[in-house]
Amino acid sequence: MREITIREALQEALREEMRRDSAVFVLGEDIAQFGGAYKITQGLLDEFGPERVRNTPLVEAAIAGAALGAALVGMRPVAEIMYSDFTPIAMEQIFNQVAKIRYMTAGSVKVPLVIRTPSGGGVSAGPHHSQSLEALFAHIPGLKVVMPSTPYDAKGLLKSSIRDDNPVIFIETKRLYGLKGMVPEEEYLVPLGKAEVRREGSDITIIAIARMINRALQVAEVLEKEGISSEVIDPRTLIPLDEDTIINSVKKTSRALIVHEACRTGGFGAEIAARIADKAFSYLNAPIKRVGTLDCLIPFSPKLEDYVIPNEHDIWAAALEVMGIEFKDYPGERVVEAAAR
Amino acid sequence: MQEIESAKLIEIYTIMVRIRAFEERALSEYRKGLPGFIHSSIGQEAVPAAVCAFLRADDYVLSNHRGHGHIIGKGARFDKMMAELFAKETGYCKGKGGSMHIAAIDRNILGATGVVGDGIPIATGVALGCKMRKLDRVVASFFGDGATSTGAFHEGVGLAAIWDLPIVFVCENNQYALSTPTNTYTKLKDLSDRAKAYGIPGVTVDGNDAMAVAEVARKAIESAREGKGPTLIVGNTYRYYGHSAGDPGTTYRTKEEVEKWKKLDPIKRLRGELLQKKILTEPELEAIVTTTERELDEAVKFAADSPEPSVEEALKDIYYIAEEK
Repeated sequence: MREITIREALQEALREEMRRDSAVFVLGEDIAQFGGAYKITQGLLDEFGPERVRNTPLVEAAIAGAALGAALVGMRPVAEIMYSDFTPIAMEQIFNQVAKIRYMTAGSVKVPLVIRTPSGGGVSAGPHHSQSLEALFAHIPGLKVVMPSTPYDAKGLLKSSIRDDNPVIFIETKRLYGLKGMVPEEEYLVPLGKAEVRREGSDITIIAIARMINRALQVAEVLEKEGISSEVIDPRTLIPLDEDTIINSVKKTSRALIVHEACRTGGFGAEIAARIADKAFSYLNAPIKRVGTLDCLIPFSPKLEDYVIPNEHDIWAAALEVMGIEFKDYPGERVVEAAAR
Repeated sequence: MQEIESAKLIEIYTIMVRIRAFEERALSEYRKGLPGFIHSSIGQEAVPAAVCAFLRADDYVLSNHRGHGHIIGKGARFDKMMAELFAKETGYCKGKGGSMHIAAIDRNILGATGVVGDGIPIATGVALGCKMRKLDRVVASFFGDGATSTGAFHEGVGLAAIWDLPIVFVCENNQYALSTPTNTYTKLKDLSDRAKAYGIPGVTVDGNDAMAVAEVARKAIESAREGKGPTLIVGNTYRYYGHSAGDPGTTYRTKEEVEKWKKLDPIKRLRGELLQKKILTEPELEAIVTTTERELDEAVKFAADSPEPSVEEALKDIYYIAEEK
């Protein structure tokens, strides 16, 4: 084991899978010599050459469409869309073609492709470079949606996604690229569709996605000092969702709080909340609470951005509400995140 | 120009007859009550027939909503096509795609899109895969004139051009994007001029002259196979019916215009050539029609007699599950 960043973990995953299988190749904007906007494909050109490390023009729709076409004839493309905010340009291909061709051909084709894309705010990039759009993808049957939060998961899940014979939207969180964690030297995979209990507890279940995991864990520490035991779950993949781990936890704690960086309305938390209500309603001692980014754009100003995106104060306040404890100010520290670049 | 050999002309003629006969039968069955909608390609048969005649069995075709002709050209079976139109379990897509989405993977027909233009970047990707895997295969991407306005066309053709991919972009210009005449949505007199924007050859051809299309198609396919990159072919043609079976096609086109084009009918034209060149006799030409009609009778019977898919089928094939194979 050694400590590496999520960025390094993703780089390793791509390199290892490209070495392992000559059908794997990468394509996207500025991904070759430049190494991608967040340097995840850095060094691949030198090792694998321009045939398998393909810079494209600014053609998001054709990146997705061409990845699909190549996948239909035996390649395993890994496409990069520079910012998740640019995926809407490719959405038509992703929603109507990538997600549907297997079904429309009655299962005659497989679609082994991955679309990687950096997501989320916290870098003062403004409304066009900061959104969290995972719920859009999760809504379309035929796609898998992966959102890792640790270097270990990032590497193991990306490798599994590349080996999966279905289209996977692999959502990377910009503010987590610099996050360090322990990763084995030897090869391993993390299966899609398995949540991870990141902290065990008995009083409240906090389901937190991607960047929100560390904030939720921080709040859980502080709650512990107040005598509240939190179980913190990282779904890791939204589609397929490991419903059992979530439902079983809520049956144990009888309280549920969901935290994500996407806007609250129509966010994936609504789906998780609905499933808890559906499968564990009679176990609940309090209404399910969701914390998401306020229903607004992501502003440029660091102060405003921090205000609208859920932070430890927001998670704390929501946890107290779910626990039925009178509000008081969050007494803990904020998580210090590594730089995105 | 190298002359098109007789056997090839017979092949093209046979495909054209098969397309028209299938389309006519599909329309008559549709009027008896098939679900959904059908986009007839009657009148446009020369382009798909002449292009597909020069494709090899291992080459690929990607089609569009008006796609019956493309896939018949590439060898799709009448019975499984008709069963798909009938929404039957025995259809090419087990009744989950319908007229607009027929794929026949065993004929390297990789599907048809209902969203205009969308098949173009996918076809580019197929050609990329062929090139990367050194498969020595060519892709034919079929679309209508309306598709040339889309971003997908621009992105897909542009990408294929810079990577010198083995692909032929085939535009059937039937003069209307649904009801909108070509000359109202583009300033271009000649749609193949669009090729200049991507630095690839663009050729416009009389799309009702099968022999002319054949010459252009053969050259473009050879060039793609030799690694010289894509060509854009624009065949000027006309659909006799409306956009889909529900559109009579009379509100935006005059009777005179339709009649004018019918006089240029591509099948009659090639038939005349075959007779004049003494390649086929009247009885031989008639035999092609008779054989086709008999095959269609059987296809309709097969489709009508086939079972509907079970409701469980609706939830299959959304994802590939390793265990299921």
